[in-house]
Amino acid sequence: MKIQIKNGRLIDPANHIDAKKDVFIAAGRIAAVGAAPEGFVANRVIDATSLVVCPGLIDLSARLREPGFEYKATLESEMAAAAAGGVTSLACPPDTDPPLDEPGLVEMLKHRARHPNFAHVYPVGALTLGLAGERLTEMAELHEAGCVAFGQAHAPVVDTQVLMRALQYAATFDFPVWLQAQDPFLGKDGVAHDGEVATRLGLPGIPVSAETIALSTILQLARDTGVRIHITRISSAAALEMIVAARASGIVVTCDVSINHLHLSDADIGYFDPHAHIVPPLRDGRDREALRRGLAEGAINALCSDHTPVDDDAKQVPFGEAEPGATGLELLLPLALKWAGEMQLSLSTALARVTCDAARVLGIPAGTLSAGAAADICLFDPRGSFRVTRESLKSQGKNTPFLGLELPGRVRCTLIEGHVAFESGR
Amino acid sequence: MRNPQLTKNGELQHLLTIDGLPREILTAILDTAAPFTEVAEREVKKLPLLRGKSVFNLFFENSTRTRTTFEIAAKRLSADVINLNISPSSTAKGETLLDTVDNLCAMQADMFVVRHASSGAPFLMAQHLAAMDLEHIHVINAGDGRHAHPTQGLLDMYTIRHYKQDFTGLVVAIVGDVLHSRVARSQIHALITLGVPEVRVIGPKTLIPADVDKLGVRVFHDMRAGLKDVDVVMMLRLQNERMQGALLPSPQEFFKYYGLTADKLDCARSDAIVMHPGPMNRGVEIDSAVADGPHAVILPQVTFGIAVRMAVMSMLAGA
Amino acid sequence: MQLPDAERLCAALADSLRPGLYPDTALIGIHTGGVWVAERLHAALALKTPLGSLDVSFYRDDFSRSGLHSQIKSSDIPFEVKDRPIVIVDDVLYTGRTIRAAMNEIFDYGRPARIDLAVLVDRGGRELPVCPRWSAQSLQIEPGKNLQLERSRTGVLSLRLIDA
Repeated sequence: MKIQIKNGRLIDPANHIDAKKDVFIAAGRIAAVGAAPEGFVANRVIDATSLVVCPGLIDLSARLREPGFEYKATLESEMAAAAAGGVTSLACPPDTDPPLDEPGLVEMLKHRARHPNFAHVYPVGALTLGLAGERLTEMAELHEAGCVAFGQAHAPVVDTQVLMRALQYAATFDFPVWLQAQDPFLGKDGVAHDGEVATRLGLPGIPVSAETIALSTILQLARDTGVRIHITRISSAAALEMIVAARASGIVVTCDVSINHLHLSDADIGYFDPHAHIVPPLRDGRDREALRRGLAEGAINALCSDHTPVDDDAKQVPFGEAEPGATGLELLLPLALKWAGEMQLSLSTALARVTCDAARVLGIPAGTLSAGAAADICLFDPRGSFRVTRESLKSQGKNTPFLGLELPGRVRCTLIEGHVAFESGR
Repeated sequence: MRNPQLTKNGELQHLLTIDGLPREILTAILDTAAPFTEVAEREVKKLPLLRGKSVFNLFFENSTRTRTTFEIAAKRLSADVINLNISPSSTAKGETLLDTVDNLCAMQADMFVVRHASSGAPFLMAQHLAAMDLEHIHVINAGDGRHAHPTQGLLDMYTIRHYKQDFTGLVVAIVGDVLHSRVARSQIHALITLGVPEVRVIGPKTLIPADVDKLGVRVFHDMRAGLKDVDVVMMLRLQNERMQGALLPSPQEFFKYYGLTADKLDCARSDAIVMHPGPMNRGVEIDSAVADGPHAVILPQVTFGIAVRMAVMSMLAGA
Repeated sequence: MQLPDAERLCAALADSLRPGLYPDTALIGIHTGGVWVAERLHAALALKTPLGSLDVSFYRDDFSRSGLHSQIKSSDIPFEVKDRPIVIVDDVLYTGRTIRAAMNEIFDYGRPARIDLAVLVDRGGRELPVCPRWSAQSLQIEPGKNLQLERSRTGVLSLRLIDA
């Protein structure tokens, strides 16, 4: 199907474009940007007047809850959420049930996720069998089945020798490893950042050192093994400083931050709101400010949603007992825009962090609107807004600390390989 | 967001924590408790204030002492009292806290006194009741995790006011396992709100929570230095579990450095009072001679506790 | 409306009570105005038994509607109630509900031999079957107004009309 997207404001950070340009799509790819190709006759013209046309968003972490957690969410509902959020590619962590430690499971997931309305799925495979931190997975086989990287989600590898060997093995094939910096012992009973708020509320705390000590181990092992390392969901200013210093000394390391840590701090726990119970914990205002600046400067490579749908029952319990996690696919774009507006950054910078920069971390040729690229495109109204309510969220996870807020930006249309996966009226 | 303890008019709807309550409300509770103390001296120790009301003691954590004082307080107000001890095994069978609350509301509960192992559980209950439009049902927190034990904090303040009258000239020290103590947190908030100029916490570093100085207290690790010129010594209970988890080596070493003995008490003012929320571990946090000595006001605390709880229940029921 | 002199009423009330006293009669005044009147009576009658005072806040029948007052005083009964003749003293008698509450409270201290009621002013308007044995003055109060006993800084009692 040939599609022309006309009159839109094209923002393609990878190609440094922010201008009024039309986009021409044919056979699921971008045929041309600006002038129509010779003899192009559109089957459909999408009028993008007053809308921004940008690459479809790439989310580095979205839990689809399949296989194993279907009572929390299903592929259908979460992919609908992704499309409604303008997300056209997503990476999912290995902590499904069973974990993604066998090629068969990965193949089945990719097969289940193949649908014209569904975003592209890039599974992160398990680094160790069962995520137990003892035996290696068949990383090469998993890579062939479709895994783009290997990680442990929130399960620590306690035995540092096993961790080192896992990184060495991954480095053999130049597979990237994605790790959450979290010491298995410090703050293991904690549910909130170890500071004034946790003390006042009587919540067991998780100190910053739980992140920095684990990070130190990971960075030194990365240096020794030469593995490409990506640190997921950094939460503290101290961790960011360590990563910046590591890069200066030659270690190849990327990192991401979640929408929750970008905007919230432990003060947002308020009167024990279980929606603010997430992992790693929301830290204090100074950490949040450092993360916001770090993402602006590019020291933090990408912004992700860390989409984790949790069923209502698991949140309607006292704070410490609540299952951690927040829904986020539909909030990735609005919260990126909100951050950019508050920091007075250009739309292009904001969008880069959720398109081409995220693609670079994932190692996929996506996140651009170059001619020849897959037609994964998002059209949104920058002056529109999205009111976050249980009804407006398409995900089965209605649990987010942003409930009730009105956020900037409204997705109007999402195309995946030239197919309209989502469309909403004006 | 509005403090869930207060109504739109700023009156007390629930008593969940002392943190965030204005001085006027704390003082009103202490003032209201005073006339309740003399009820215990009468032949008929009953007042008709809560006649016809059902008070449910919802204890998810075992505590005979606290539950008994709430029961006595409610019965002295002529309320019907129903005790529910919910063991961990029955919650494991699947009924959640909110399901239990819903069932009891269907049985015409007027007031819940709740003790729970998780910080914030009473807030969850209060928010749920508000969402169900059940604003006539009141919640009293009898202790939630490490977070708060507001009636204990209030009865401690009543005790201090009884013996020392004026809060604004006092130096008060809280000694022991502050990290795990909901009593300590409630005491700190109450003392500061009532205008005590110097509040100290004394304990080893493993038992003092992060950033506690931001709550307005001075931290001491040397007990003799911390007790110097103190008017009120508030001892905390040390639980046996603290020896596991690498927080303390032994009760003996703790007693030697942080137990209240006569010679450590000599560092305080000569008219200092000694308090303890009970039950006491004699020889661990407090020496028997001090516990039974002239400075100790531990038994009066218990008597005042009943009056304070009667006052809280009456104020909530009349709101 | 011309209000009578409260101090003169107290003296008249004491005179009318005197013949009805027993050797062990105890006066109990109801806070706050009733206590002031009871103090006058106690002095004028030179009673041996110390004066008692009651705050009936905990026994009022409007608790569910109005809640607790902020200014509750302690009740103080420094004598044995059991088998004793008691005179309740109040300043203004109106609906009778305060007296009902006072009687309930007294019975929680013990079983008195008898209870009589002495009031400074009876303004009528009873809603319960309560009757004073002694009353120094009957007065009709216009609707929308209340009668209040006040005490000056020097301790002189007087009556005043205030808006309800």
